[in-house]
Amino acid sequence: MSQDDMHRMAFREEAGELLGELEASLLALEDQPDDQDLINRVFRAMHTIKGSGAMFGFDDIAAFTHEVETVFDKVRNGLFPVCKDLLDLTLAARDHILLLLEDADSAEDPDAAIQTEGRRILEGLRRLSPDSPVPQAQALPSEPDVERGYVTYRIRFRPGPGFYATGNNPLNFLEDVSELGTTRIFLHTEDVPCLEDIDPEICHAWWDIILGTHKSYSLVQDVFSFVEDDCELSIEQIDAADAADAAPPKKLGEILVDRGDLAPDDLALALSAQKRLGVVLADSGLVPKPRVEAALVEQQTVRDMRKVREPAVETTSSLRVAAEKLDELVDLVGELVIVQSQIKQAVLERGDPMLKSLSEHLERLSDDLRDSTLGIRMLPIGATFSRFRRLVRDLSAELGKEIDLTTSGEETEMDKTVIERLGDPLVHLLRNSIDHGVERPDERRAAGKPPRGVVSLSAEHSGGAVVIRIVDDGRGLDPVAIRAKAVERGLMSPDVESSDKEIYNLIFLPGFSTAKAITNVSGRGVGMDVVKRAIESLRGAVEIDSEPGRGTAITVRLPLTLAIIDGLQVQTGQEFYVAPLSIVEECVDLPRDEAGEGDRIINLRGEIVPYIRLRDFFSISGVPPAVEQVVISSVEGARVGIVVDRVIGEHQTVIKSLGRIYRDVEGLSGATIKGDGTMALILDLPGLLRASAEQGN
Amino acid sequence: MSKTIMTVDDSASVRQMVAFTLKKEGYDVIEASDGKDALGKLKGAVHMVVTDLNMPNMDGIELIKNIRAQAAYKFIPIVMLTTESQATKKQEGKTAGATGWIVKPFTPEQLLGVVKKVLR
Repeated sequence: MSQDDMHRMAFREEAGELLGELEASLLALEDQPDDQDLINRVFRAMHTIKGSGAMFGFDDIAAFTHEVETVFDKVRNGLFPVCKDLLDLTLAARDHILLLLEDADSAEDPDAAIQTEGRRILEGLRRLSPDSPVPQAQALPSEPDVERGYVTYRIRFRPGPGFYATGNNPLNFLEDVSELGTTRIFLHTEDVPCLEDIDPEICHAWWDIILGTHKSYSLVQDVFSFVEDDCELSIEQIDAADAADAAPPKKLGEILVDRGDLAPDDLALALSAQKRLGVVLADSGLVPKPRVEAALVEQQTVRDMRKVREPAVETTSSLRVAAEKLDELVDLVGELVIVQSQIKQAVLERGDPMLKSLSEHLERLSDDLRDSTLGIRMLPIGATFSRFRRLVRDLSAELGKEIDLTTSGEETEMDKTVIERLGDPLVHLLRNSIDHGVERPDERRAAGKPPRGVVSLSAEHSGGAVVIRIVDDGRGLDPVAIRAKAVERGLMSPDVESSDKEIYNLIFLPGFSTAKAITNVSGRGVGMDVVKRAIESLRGAVEIDSEPGRGTAITVRLPLTLAIIDGLQVQTGQEFYVAPLSIVEECVDLPRDEAGEGDRIINLRGEIVPYIRLRDFFSISGVPPAVEQVVISSVEGARVGIVVDRVIGEHQTVIKSLGRIYRDVEGLSGATIKGDGTMALILDLPGLLRASAEQGN
Repeated sequence: MSKTIMTVDDSASVRQMVAFTLKKEGYDVIEASDGKDALGKLKGAVHMVVTDLNMPNMDGIELIKNIRAQAAYKFIPIVMLTTESQATKKQEGKTAGATGWIVKPFTPEQLLGVVKKVLR
């Protein structure tokens, strides 16, 4: 529940009580119509409902109650007496407010019947009260924010010399404009003087902004309302939806003349040179080069915006579909992708150029289909983030800490299933940051830090993965303490040299905890290994970094989707396997002299890399080929080689889960169907590594 | 780290509303009842000032000039609360160095809109 909801809830309760009191007072008034105290009580109840209602967004209630309150203000001032009609109407008004209160949370507009009833009550009240003031045209500025056609504006924004002196920051305005629609911003630095002449209290740079938006001219103007007098500002409409068909996009010369950067005569002269206009103008010095570039940006932007304009208008409608239907669709698309790759393989063998081009076409289509189908399952992670606000607030209060949670990247989209299964691990990580990471205010002050700690939660796309980071500015991890604990628990031997990072990673081991006191928040030492396993089951990875006294950063890397991965297909014996391409670094031959029983280590350009032989691990019989190949992959921050007979190549892998019986097989995470219809097993490299290490021991 | 905003107004109720709204949004708030009080309390980290114009002892315009005269606060956002009829006052305030203004009466949303516009 958000802060806002909490306030609304509190208001609801308060209003409910007030309405109860109101009813009682009104009924009492019926018997003692002259009781000034009762009249005051009615007035105060109305007044509070109105005031708090407006505060918490119950605008309907505030507006309605305002009018009833006005009438009672008059009664209070003795302008007219309490009568039965007034009481009837006020009781009706009280019921009406209750209705509005109940109605306020439904997304739809208030019921037409309710609205009519409200108007009837107000009409009645107005008729009752003498010399009713002209119903104060509560000109709550009606939003002129009418959605209009898609319009492109050119904004030239040039802060004046007094700009900074008013405490304004030009970048804020650029950001605000960007929020109105699609922008291209072009920075002009040509008027910035040399360093020795610079007055740092004056803004020398200026901007050309091309804005494509549905918003009205006045809204664009509003952005700059505070600084209208402190800057040179021009906002011109340069393209509109209806102009798109009529006129071709403007040519560079026209744009420059439009902007006042070039005289029409000079344009004619330059055009006669029969070269690219931009080059001519810049070379001849008629127009400074940056301005030509800015105009070119505008030209390109108008073209781009015309392209996006059509679909942009229609994006408002949405459709609710049952999740199973989607899963079924994803499944079908998966099958389609498999059939498509079978066709591709068959066509390749046949070598018919026409079939080949058809098959390529099919591949493109099925790729697009796959992407958009998976896209439907994508949800922004923001909803999950907002859940955590409450958690942080409650937990920090419980622990006597002051912590702000900042979030970013809420719009980052991920597969619905991933988001759902990510909730618990993230909660655990956050709890850890709050409980172990951020210190109490007094400790923080003693360490010279602001008493309020900050935990930041961010998500962003990075390649085919989503990276979620939880960063706190707390005390950081103590490598010495962790090491001591690990030795004490027998998790590492005391004489092993290891880097801080390796030591930090020990906290992910089962049964590890350094907390001095066990709180009921975290610290039973069952957390981090569970977190790690949960994230790995989503084919993700978790990494930890820390600086003592400065804070800890935990990075969780997750695949965008669980249904389809890019894989590398390999063969050992008669069996085919697929390794997730995301963790494959390179493939090399296993040098024959290193292939002996020996130490299972290869020398990769001077680096020692241990390897696992798939043939041994899965006990595959038969004779290995003369030269085996090694897939070098990075697992949990370390490089490991997987020795196979043969690397086949990239394979678009639709993941099928293994049946229940096989679910616990170590080293495998699923299966897929290959181009020729046969099956390949998907390798779970972290699991394989663990299992192999156990066997080794 | 949360930012600190000073609200200056001789009307306790306006001050209370501003402080409530801003605190709810996570800002730290310092309250002052007039320009003189405000100048006395202006020290350390103050990231923004929201001030009324008509006040006893020292009015808003004078306060803005005094704040701008201190190097530490020369460029912080200062937002003034004006009424519709005070067009000349508004101009005076801008000249004194006000960043922007909010027209009374205003809602918490409008207040936050302006705060977020000038303080980031």
